[in-house]
Amino acid sequence: MTPELVVFFLLAIVAVGAALGMLVSRNAVHSALFLVLTMAVLSVFFLVLAAPFIAMVQVVVYAGAIMVLFLFVIMLLGAEGLRRQRTVLPWQPWLAGVLGVLFVAALGYIVFFQGGQFMSQGIIPPGAGAIAADFGGPQALGLQLFQNYLLPFELTSFLLLVGMVGAVVLTREPSGRQVGSTAPKGTLPERRVERVP
Amino acid sequence: MVPTGYYVGLSAVLFALGVIGVLVRRNAIIVFMSIELMLNSANLAFVAFARSFQQYTGQVFVFFIMTVAAAEVAVGLALMVAIFRTKHSINIDEMNQLNG
Repeated sequence: MTPELVVFFLLAIVAVGAALGMLVSRNAVHSALFLVLTMAVLSVFFLVLAAPFIAMVQVVVYAGAIMVLFLFVIMLLGAEGLRRQRTVLPWQPWLAGVLGVLFVAALGYIVFFQGGQFMSQGIIPPGAGAIAADFGGPQALGLQLFQNYLLPFELTSFLLLVGMVGAVVLTREPSGRQVGSTAPKGTLPERRVERVP
Repeated sequence: MVPTGYYVGLSAVLFALGVIGVLVRRNAIIVFMSIELMLNSANLAFVAFARSFQQYTGQVFVFFIMTVAAAEVAVGLALMVAIFRTKHSINIDEMNQLNG
């Protein structure tokens, strides 16, 4: 049991525990914070796997921007304390749980019994245990992005532009209402006391 | 060093937890967060294989997955806000009409 394996299993337990906490938490803010913990643990895994740039991008973009956006919307909609109103299809969560466990079992079988050479010690290139010191650094990754993957790079920038325009259009006030008007406010009503599982 | 299959196994477990979250939970924002968990587990598998084969393809793909996830979250949450305006609820059981 090398130290690397011990660290891996400790971090894996934290990651899976945080994911479970995200699933079972009644409070949406708690779920978001558990997901932030999962992303932080995954960032540590990326550091171990010689991907320092991706690890920092994970912390800054995923945990620092996307999850903050989630928290903004949770606070905006007042979703942290919603209670269940009525249950449609009461048997559906149970069936989904059973099928989810079956899915986990199928994935576990494929990974642990059909893993083959990936589960044994070592990596694919024989005798290549060490790795270049700047593997996964921003310089090397940037060279790849701007030389071999330039077209997808430009397409994703276009996708971000379209997403930004779409988000602004979707959250615009209904036409005919001016900002700061004295008309009765109907866009975001006061919070209702109902919990949604 | 830790075998690549261990990372793939952890990625599979996190992905399965994301799938269960999408199917079981009724709060639309929790469903979105479960989708983000699935994307993160795929990122872990990509980076593990990039380390294993010592290629940059996996890490570049992770970069693009993060970009697409950011755009998707922005638009998806904007949709949630727009739906909340009319339905006053984010319970996905109540989103059962095309003209809502």
